[in-house]
Amino acid sequence: MNAAPIHRAGHRFMLDPAGVVFWPVRRTLILADLHLEKASSSAARGALVPPYDTRATLDRLALLLRGYAPEVVIALGDSFHDDQGHARLAAEDAARLARFEAAHRFVWIAGNHDQAMGGATMLRDEACVFRHQAEALEAGQVEFSGHFHPKARIATRAGAIARPCFVTDQHRVLLPSFGAFTGGLEVTAAPIRALFPRGGQVFLLSRERVFAFPLAHAAKAA
Amino acid sequence: MPALPSPTAPSRYSQEVNKPKTFLPRRFSDWFAARGWAVRPHQIAVLDSVTQGDNTLLIAPTGGGKTLAGFLPSLIALADDPRPRLHTLYISPLKALATDIARNLEAPIAEMALPIRIETRTGDTPANRRARQRSDPPHILLTTPESLALLLYQPEAADYFTDLAVIVLDEIHALAGTKRGDQLALCLARLHALAPAALRIGLSATIAHQGAMLNWLSPDGRGGATRLVLGEAGAAPEIGLLIAPGRMPWSGHMGLMAAEAILQQIRTARMTIVFVNTRAQAELMFEALWRHNDETLPIALHHGSLDVSQRRKVEAAMAAGRLRAVVATSSLDLGIDWAAVDQVIQVAAPKGVSRLMQRLGRANHRLDEASRALLVPANRFEVLECAAAIEGVAALDLDGDPPRPGALDVLAQHVLGCACAAPFHPDELYAEVCRAAPYAMLARHDFDDVVRYVEDGGYALAVYERYRKLFRDSEGFMHVRHARIVRQFRMNIGTIVEAPVLKVRLGGGRGGGITLGEIEEYFVTMMSPGDTFLFAGRRLVFLGIRETSVMAADGGTGEPKIPAYVGGRMPLSTNLANRVRAMLHEPAQWRHFPDQVREWLELQAWRSSLPGPDDLLVETFPRGGRWYLVAYCFEGRQAHQALGMLITRRLERFGDQPLGFVATDYVLGVWCAREPHDIARLFEEDMLGDDLEAWMAESTMLKRSFRNVAVIAGLIERTHPGGERSRRQVSINTDLIYDVLRKHDPTHILLRATRADAAHGLVDLARIAGMLARARGRITHRRLKRVSPLAVPVLLEIGREQIRGGEAEDALLAEAEALLAEAGIEDDVASSVHLA
Repeated sequence: MNAAPIHRAGHRFMLDPAGVVFWPVRRTLILADLHLEKASSSAARGALVPPYDTRATLDRLALLLRGYAPEVVIALGDSFHDDQGHARLAAEDAARLARFEAAHRFVWIAGNHDQAMGGATMLRDEACVFRHQAEALEAGQVEFSGHFHPKARIATRAGAIARPCFVTDQHRVLLPSFGAFTGGLEVTAAPIRALFPRGGQVFLLSRERVFAFPLAHAAKAA
Repeated sequence: MPALPSPTAPSRYSQEVNKPKTFLPRRFSDWFAARGWAVRPHQIAVLDSVTQGDNTLLIAPTGGGKTLAGFLPSLIALADDPRPRLHTLYISPLKALATDIARNLEAPIAEMALPIRIETRTGDTPANRRARQRSDPPHILLTTPESLALLLYQPEAADYFTDLAVIVLDEIHALAGTKRGDQLALCLARLHALAPAALRIGLSATIAHQGAMLNWLSPDGRGGATRLVLGEAGAAPEIGLLIAPGRMPWSGHMGLMAAEAILQQIRTARMTIVFVNTRAQAELMFEALWRHNDETLPIALHHGSLDVSQRRKVEAAMAAGRLRAVVATSSLDLGIDWAAVDQVIQVAAPKGVSRLMQRLGRANHRLDEASRALLVPANRFEVLECAAAIEGVAALDLDGDPPRPGALDVLAQHVLGCACAAPFHPDELYAEVCRAAPYAMLARHDFDDVVRYVEDGGYALAVYERYRKLFRDSEGFMHVRHARIVRQFRMNIGTIVEAPVLKVRLGGGRGGGITLGEIEEYFVTMMSPGDTFLFAGRRLVFLGIRETSVMAADGGTGEPKIPAYVGGRMPLSTNLANRVRAMLHEPAQWRHFPDQVREWLELQAWRSSLPGPDDLLVETFPRGGRWYLVAYCFEGRQAHQALGMLITRRLERFGDQPLGFVATDYVLGVWCAREPHDIARLFEEDMLGDDLEAWMAESTMLKRSFRNVAVIAGLIERTHPGGERSRRQVSINTDLIYDVLRKHDPTHILLRATRADAAHGLVDLARIAGMLARARGRITHRRLKRVSPLAVPVLLEIGREQIRGGEAEDALLAEAEALLAEAGIEDDVASSVHLA
């Protein structure tokens, strides 16, 4: 897998095709919207979707933890699909998560889905701020956030192709969601566009690498 | 097992037709006489059969008074005994057909002053009338399979159907063998449990597998207590080829160059239906005809994406004789009587004999007159296909797939539906389900897996105990756990899963303007504001999207994009493919072909070989620095597409570096960086093992198929118009579910259902397997210096085909990214990625 470097506030960040950001100088892995136990949340409402989403998400996380060996992992909120999600974890998954936490320092930021679980609302490190949902910024700040599950649609010779993506400009990095069962919001939707008034870039995820396009190039969604 | 009537020999019944035991009551014979009609032998035969308590399958060509034959027994019984109760249920595949039949029955009922109440019930029936129909049923209820399912899954169903005496099933050839047909068969089995005395009358146009259809119709699923009645054959149709003047194209499927010639034919008839194969083709042909239509003959357009009110207007104008021609897709294939049509023109390949005959039947709804039809080939291969189809019609060489086992996702819906009506015992329900022909061979463990799926999802990891939908009481009966489950279920009944669509609205501000019809969402995502597109016979400008509507205005300019539609293309039928293959090998048959086509085939025989009736011709030749391999398999586009994926995997392994492939109905073309040598090994049958498994798992086709299965089985909810926005946030993308399920629970019942769907429909596995078996030891490999005449058409298709899938998508994205980088757009971003 090839991660793509971007430079913000004098630092280099790697955009990984798995949908996470690695910050080499701090040995920090940043990821957003794990939505663990989303399937059991649906099941409680009557849709018995397969109960393997947490396992699948933790599998992918384990690979990244092994590959990057980060000291710190920042989860940008909505780590659980709802406030009771943690209680519904299968014993095996809970034990696995505990092993991850013992080996790396996890910073759980609170999101709108898992507010009641008591995570921090934001984290600051020099010019970098980490929070669940993007907000107005002070001059010189660079913000990492999740929440929107951005995806972009790119016109190609054989029709449009939609993929989850990063969205960035000089001040913000919007991360795609990392959860196994999470859908997406088109980057052309008003809430995302409002965050990037002067345009930006999207980086579409794929197995081996990310694909870069100007934000304005993403096709108008239906 | 009771003896099955053989499909070839007419049943004992049709031989006794001339000596009816039953006579029409006076009131009825007078009515026939007053109209100047003679009752037809098959109408009496059906009456006879029903009077003697047999289920009856009537196979008769269009125009034979089939519908009246189906209703006569009920009308006669009800004339004598008009006590209020639901006596007869009529089920049609089309809402419009049910409405039309209701109208047609009003005439005899009024003219004979019969005390019979007849009503329709479809998705369009207002709620208050539906409620009334439940408390106070009509004598005859005309409905669709989906509306019947809704009625049956109500707790009151047992009372409602108690007195049911007759079930008329119209156009059953259009339902049997599909998922709608599976659901209907299960509903009939249920009805049999509720009203064991009710007799079934099946009405069908001519079909290939009569024995299978008798099984399907019979109450035990095995052909018991069911008779076959054959109507007399109509006059043989007169079919000709219409070859447009000028050069016969090498490729393409639109047939637009024939527009002027078609218009001339329209002038010679009172009323013509111009049948085409896809909605996109309909739009283009309609525009092409009007370009030449200087005398402004009234010519209209009819296809399934047009708004219902627009379609009804066209149908009314046809019925009133105000039109000279209608350009139509399969939307006009079935049902409704258009007495005025006297000519059918089929543009582009007919794809199958049965389908062509159905379409020919639209002309002259009168048995004794020959219908007049013209076939218009759009390219050289289609000349062969059209000629083969004409032969096939003359030989009554019907095609149609042999029966396939019933779908498990449909069964899952049925099981929950039955639970919503009343608690069921699995042993009893299993016995009942096995009386539906598609499920006659259903294994008990498959049934149990389906029940477990309905119960708690049926996952290997059992964690959903507390979210169970069903519970089992001490006697083993299964109950629904919540009223909420029943409510959710009712919103999701049915087996038709549509691609997401948007309404096309013309002009007007918020809420104003008119709705022209619907187009698929994915087509819209390819358009930018200002683009021109053809829709509903108009040249429109795309303005943008508002909520769930496409806003458009008249007066687009420039090259139009045409709405493309999922599944618009039918594959070539096996029978027709065999005829085409045989024709290629018989130069004596070429004399009817245009000179250009004959010369083309002669040149092929000289430069390479003609594909034989039993061998597989494979050509390889270099061209433009690549090596091409063209295999003349004649198994239809779907089969070729699957074969193409498998062959390229193999070429990859052999080190031939395949670069791409293209599939048509006739051939498969593959191109490679190196010359492929071991052709015989390439086509060995073992490719249907692991290679197939590996490819199927990754294929986008399977994912699409899984989405349908997941919706039908009730795993995820249907999206309803309007409710989409709020729903999108809770719904889970089925592609993601598919990937996760495949990895963690690969034998799950829904994956099994998906694979079965793919094997039977999407991939045409049986055809690939048959072809590979036939080709063993009989591959004729021609290594040529350059492209052969027969290979030219497929090379011209390259670039038009869209090949999608994981790796192909990445290649397309990389190409789009590189294009932008070349143009110098956002070069800092693009180059940083390349350095990574």
